[in-house]
Amino acid sequence: MTEPGTVTEPRAVSAPGAVIETRGLTKRYRGGQLAVDGLDLSVPGGSVFGFLGPNGSGKTTTIRMLMGLIDPTSGTAQVLGHPMPGAARAVLPQVGALIEGPALYGFLSGRDNLLRYDSADPTADPRTRRDRVGQALDRVGLAAAAGKKAKAYSLGMKQRLGLAAALLQPRRLLVLDEPTNGLDPQGMREIRALVRELAAEGTTVFLSSHLLDEIEQVCTHAAVMARGRLITQGPVADLAAGARGRLAVTTPDPGEAARVLKELGVTGITVDGDRVSAEAPPGDVELADLSAALVHAGVRLRSFGVERASLEDAFVALTGEGFDVAG
Amino acid sequence: MSQAEAGIVGAGTARNPLWTFGILRSELATTLRRWRTLALLGVLAAVPVLIGIAVKIETNHGSSPGPGGGGGGPAFLSQVTNNGLFLVFAALAVTLPVFLPMAVGVVAGDSIAGEANAGTLRYLLVAPAGRTRLLLTKYASVLTFCLVATLVVALSALAVGALLFPVGEVTTISGTRIGFGEGLLRAGLIAVVVAASLIGFAAIGLFISTLTSSGIAAMAATVGMLITVQIVDTIPQLSGIHPYLFPHYWMSYADLLRDPVYWDEAVKNLGLQGLYAVVFGSAAWARFTAKDITA
Repeated sequence: MTEPGTVTEPRAVSAPGAVIETRGLTKRYRGGQLAVDGLDLSVPGGSVFGFLGPNGSGKTTTIRMLMGLIDPTSGTAQVLGHPMPGAARAVLPQVGALIEGPALYGFLSGRDNLLRYDSADPTADPRTRRDRVGQALDRVGLAAAAGKKAKAYSLGMKQRLGLAAALLQPRRLLVLDEPTNGLDPQGMREIRALVRELAAEGTTVFLSSHLLDEIEQVCTHAAVMARGRLITQGPVADLAAGARGRLAVTTPDPGEAARVLKELGVTGITVDGDRVSAEAPPGDVELADLSAALVHAGVRLRSFGVERASLEDAFVALTGEGFDVAG
Repeated sequence: MSQAEAGIVGAGTARNPLWTFGILRSELATTLRRWRTLALLGVLAAVPVLIGIAVKIETNHGSSPGPGGGGGGPAFLSQVTNNGLFLVFAALAVTLPVFLPMAVGVVAGDSIAGEANAGTLRYLLVAPAGRTRLLLTKYASVLTFCLVATLVVALSALAVGALLFPVGEVTTISGTRIGFGEGLLRAGLIAVVVAASLIGFAAIGLFISTLTSSGIAAMAATVGMLITVQIVDTIPQLSGIHPYLFPHYWMSYADLLRDPVYWDEAVKNLGLQGLYAVVFGSAAWARFTAKDITA
């Protein structure tokens, strides 16, 4: 132990506020495949951070480097202010992780699986082990099935047990890789509520997902990866605002509406049945003037308005591609 | 670095250094609860039963026990009818070349690779078990299995021997007689030495286990290694390297049944096992602590 008084706040060693900070983090696998390329990631403390990207974009490799499972080829990673993988023994007890789905001992019960993972942590108090395991099982809604062998669990139950393993101790950081995989809609809602609850307690949550609406619903911040590179990161509201919304008009006179809008200088007009959509006009154009002009030209309107850009629109705008597997 | 680490740990509740052994207890319990481990121990327990029954049937037919009138066959078999305690020595002689190391090879080969295969390795490491700590735990649990497996053979043989044959004073290889109590002590000592004979092979299995993420491949490679080395040990042209092969002195445990006990070969055996443990243990450590865990 260090002498009392000398260490007042041992946790804030560098980059105050950032829970995860990487500088030029790069991983090249044997065989030359570049999985992660010069990643500069910064995850603010207290955020729910969405980590987005298609399958094969380097998300899992990044998470494995952050958890000290694989060594970066170059660059550095700091987690909770300490270098990884060097300070793994000090950092990881404060981190709960779900990486690439749960992995369980099928011949052990759910409770025994958690007891085993907890005993692997040398900082975990064996006197409180049973209680903490019980609480973690309660928290993910598995208390009733705790005595069943894990091989009899459904995918959703395994996912919950994996989450419970991440919650065995109070954590400062939770790294959740696709946490709602395999869950039914009710389970997904429960997990989202749990994430919000944990965030409210002050835990930083680093959440990777390919479900954009999931990120939009729970995350305060997000980063987008494609082909091993970080494309953008920042507050979710800013990312979505970066992409412009769409003007949407529903009318029984679509041809006429398109003509009028074109005369008014609106671009990117497409007509689909009774629906006319176009790029949202620049901010200085008053939308009411557009609708007045349409009505004045005799276009009958069923609806008129600007649809807010979703994160998906932002993603497509950023990567110039759909949300498909990288080649 | 170390100061920062101490700072983080110090910020939590007081931590007891003994907690670090929790993983060993968990590892032993997990290993012994595997269906496969129990099956291996069951087979090992069955070997003395089979030998005992076979010898009993032979004796009842009135012929001399053991093929070739005691000249051939496994060591000590001919004495079993006179003294059930010899079934312990005979059973160890039968199981040591193949059954015991095969069981150890399965458990050792699976130790790291099996966890990698199931994906549980990554969760143990982020727990964080620590790579060196996990490797030491795995080796300790494999060595415990060596001892348990040997004791299962010895105790099963003792029970069957006492049940089917008379027990009493033991005639040593040197021809002198020692009391049954001392005979039992010698049997216990021999069981421990036989278990210790497997230390080197266990380290080889552990090393192979760090090379792959397939438990089956590691087990097969470990057992394959055993068979190869056993064959090499019987080729006279290669006698120059025989003293360096890990199974070469395995049968030296018989010298512990001399009066007085003849230790030379047994000590050579233990030294060789220690050497293998150091060499392959270091190789396993170097490999495992530098490995990218992608499974």
